[in-house]
Amino acid sequence: MGLSLKGLSKSYSNIQKNQSLEVLHSLDLDVETGSFVSLIGPSGCGKSTICNLLAGIEIPDSGEILLDGEAIQGTSGNFGYMPQKDLLLPWRTLIDNVLIGCEILHREKRKAQVEAKEWLNQFGLSPFSEYYPHQLSGGMRQRGALLRTILFGKKTLLLDEPFGALDALTRQEMQRWLLSIWNRTRHTVLLITHDIDEAILLSDKVIVLSQRPTRIIHEFEIPFPHPRDPDELLLSSVALDFKRQLLHLLIP
Amino acid sequence: MVITSAQVPLWLLPTPTHILKAFWETRQLIWMHTLTTLMETTMGFALAVIFSLITSGVMVLSPWLKRLLYPFLIISQTVPLIAVAPLLILWLGYGLLPKIIIVVIVCYFPVTISLIEGLELSDPDLLNLLRSMGASRWQMFYIVRWPHALPSLFAGLKIAATYSVMGAVIAEWLGSSAGLGVYLTRSSHSFLTDRVFAAIFTITALSFLYYALITILTRLALPWMHNKKRDSLE
Repeated sequence: MGLSLKGLSKSYSNIQKNQSLEVLHSLDLDVETGSFVSLIGPSGCGKSTICNLLAGIEIPDSGEILLDGEAIQGTSGNFGYMPQKDLLLPWRTLIDNVLIGCEILHREKRKAQVEAKEWLNQFGLSPFSEYYPHQLSGGMRQRGALLRTILFGKKTLLLDEPFGALDALTRQEMQRWLLSIWNRTRHTVLLITHDIDEAILLSDKVIVLSQRPTRIIHEFEIPFPHPRDPDELLLSSVALDFKRQLLHLLIP
Repeated sequence: MVITSAQVPLWLLPTPTHILKAFWETRQLIWMHTLTTLMETTMGFALAVIFSLITSGVMVLSPWLKRLLYPFLIISQTVPLIAVAPLLILWLGYGLLPKIIIVVIVCYFPVTISLIEGLELSDPDLLNLLRSMGASRWQMFYIVRWPHALPSLFAGLKIAATYSVMGAVIAEWLGSSAGLGVYLTRSSHSFLTDRVFAAIFTITALSFLYYALITILTRLALPWMHNKKRDSLE
């Protein structure tokens, strides 16, 4: 059970040059329910294509996407999807931004608002619920974006380099914070990243992808139990060994 | 002072006191003409906005219709107004209708162009995010495209508001029985230069009034733009 990709293929054709670019070639991948899996790979490894296929923005040429045994390829609204940019709407206050999913799904507004306020409190954002995005810091905006993703109400989250645009310190802070949130919610998470430390710190499994056409080079099970202590974990010899192996695979 | 000491004839350049006097003496006449112009501009402006809301909505939702209608949009602005106005007066007489049509022609272009650009330039990532949530075309329109277009719509409205008065005055010039343009031509034909200046000031004040009105509306409609001036927490 959980999320699995079976023989997923996708190519883009360039009609003018009469060429076709194969991005994914029969990709198989499994994410168990309640686990945290990271995809890591060099740039141009088709990560965003995987994301677009899962989010239902694009349709695969062949293969299946199964969510709890049900084929969902080509349909949208199955995941909480968080892109790299926070994409908060500048004309909406923070609370109206995080409620956008409920609005699209036509959920009852008052109930959703109560729920949102509770979450804003947990995220340390309650004092800012009536602020506009440009009045918030980068980290706050990203937390708002994650909250919008969670409030969409799906059990599976798709995080596409969520902290890629932040500065190094804020990013570390956000990773730790995400870890603590995840420990409470235990969503099924597929995280796309190019940050090795982030992958080791957060994941139960790290999957290394190759250049186009994308295949899986290696899978690492990260054996640390949850809840994790970030500082101790990242400096432990086991983690450093993972890091060495990952670096070796990614920068041969 | 400068004018009197330099002995410039009054019909060439009247003194400010003469202008004020002319303004006061003909205040009822000016007021009557102003009302006519006000009526033409307001009607024309409102019609232009309604018309451009409909057409730009249609053009954004259907690229095919956009390709069909866009050339007409350009033509509406490139056809010389001075040449069209006499035709309209010829066909439709000296009444309000030809003036209103000219104001519509003048205002329609800036409003529509800015509205189309605002509606179209939505971040593709943003649209993808909404698509991933399963949003319908209509939801994407009113959640993202429409609010995104508002700032540029209001920018277009400001331009149109100031143009509208000018359009109406030019139309009145070319043939009319009432309006500030009529007052202006009659005064200049009679070499009543002080009255010409009084008309100019009235027209300017009228344009300014429209501009101020749109600015207030902008503030009310876009509180988040106004707040931008406040310090961010960064």
